Amino acid sequence: MAARALINVPKTAKRGDVIEIKTLISHVMETGYRHSNTGEIIPRDIITSFSCRYNGEEIFAITLYPAIAANPFVTFHTVATTSGTLAFHWIGDNGFEVTEEAKIVVG
Amino acid sequence: MIPKKPIPHLMRDGNRFSDKIMRQREKTMLRITRREALIFGGATAATGALPAAANTPGQMETAIRRVVGEAEIRKGKVTLDLPPLVENGNTVPMTVTVNSAMTKTDYVKAIHVFNEKNPQANVISAQLGPRCGKAVVTTRIRLAGTQKLTAIAEMSDGSYWSDTQEVIVTLAACLEDLI
Repeated sequence: MAARALINVPKTAKRGDVIEIKTLISHVMETGYRHSNTGEIIPRDIITSFSCRYNGEEIFAITLYPAIAANPFVTFHTVATTSGTLAFHWIGDNGFEVTEEAKIVVG
Repeated sequence: MIPKKPIPHLMRDGNRFSDKIMRQREKTMLRITRREALIFGGATAATGALPAAANTPGQMETAIRRVVGEAEIRKGKVTLDLPPLVENGNTVPMTVTVNSAMTKTDYVKAIHVFNEKNPQANVISAQLGPRCGKAVVTTRIRLAGTQKLTAIAEMSDGSYWSDTQEVIVTLAACLEDLI
């Protein structure tokens, strides 16, 4: 399952700044409440959770429900503390799992 | 920068309408005034065009109580930002802002959003902490019809704050493939 993820994190930030992080991942987010042309229920296939770790420490996590639109877009904030890595992790139905990373330099 | 609008090639899987149908819908919608949209939105809700699985305001209350417990929910501190009139319920931008200093001792622990008429009452449930710096979360949601949404913030001192918004939806999510 090739999922495309887009992450927007500022490359550099001043220590103590509040930075905005935007994430977008391609996924159908099939609700499990829709019917196919033959009347069968299309099974649920969604991303159930997303989390962000800043140098290993979890700073943000979100549980997603079928009410999230296709290609989940999530924006949140964090305080730039030290230079390092932001790791993003999506988990979903049918063994869906994607990990992405972004580097940040804090001056 | 991530564009605000979905990228067309990313939308391919999620968008199940043919171009022709979408064009027709757009034409119809252009003729709908706000007043008509209000009536139309209300009528859709009243005729019960929702799937059998649709929840009710009572179920939203149950879902809220499951998260909050017996705690008192006060109005204020939270701002739920949604467009008042939505043409396409398949993707509705939503921002929840909580007024908090986000310090080590006073921060927002969690933000939950609930809806009234989607098949499932939960929308999101986010865990935040003092390292967030700012309690603002944005995402895009689906809405199956005109309804009320409630955002609830859980603070570090154990108090709960809420905000409720009503959204009018002219083209509901989930139902289009049934028509």
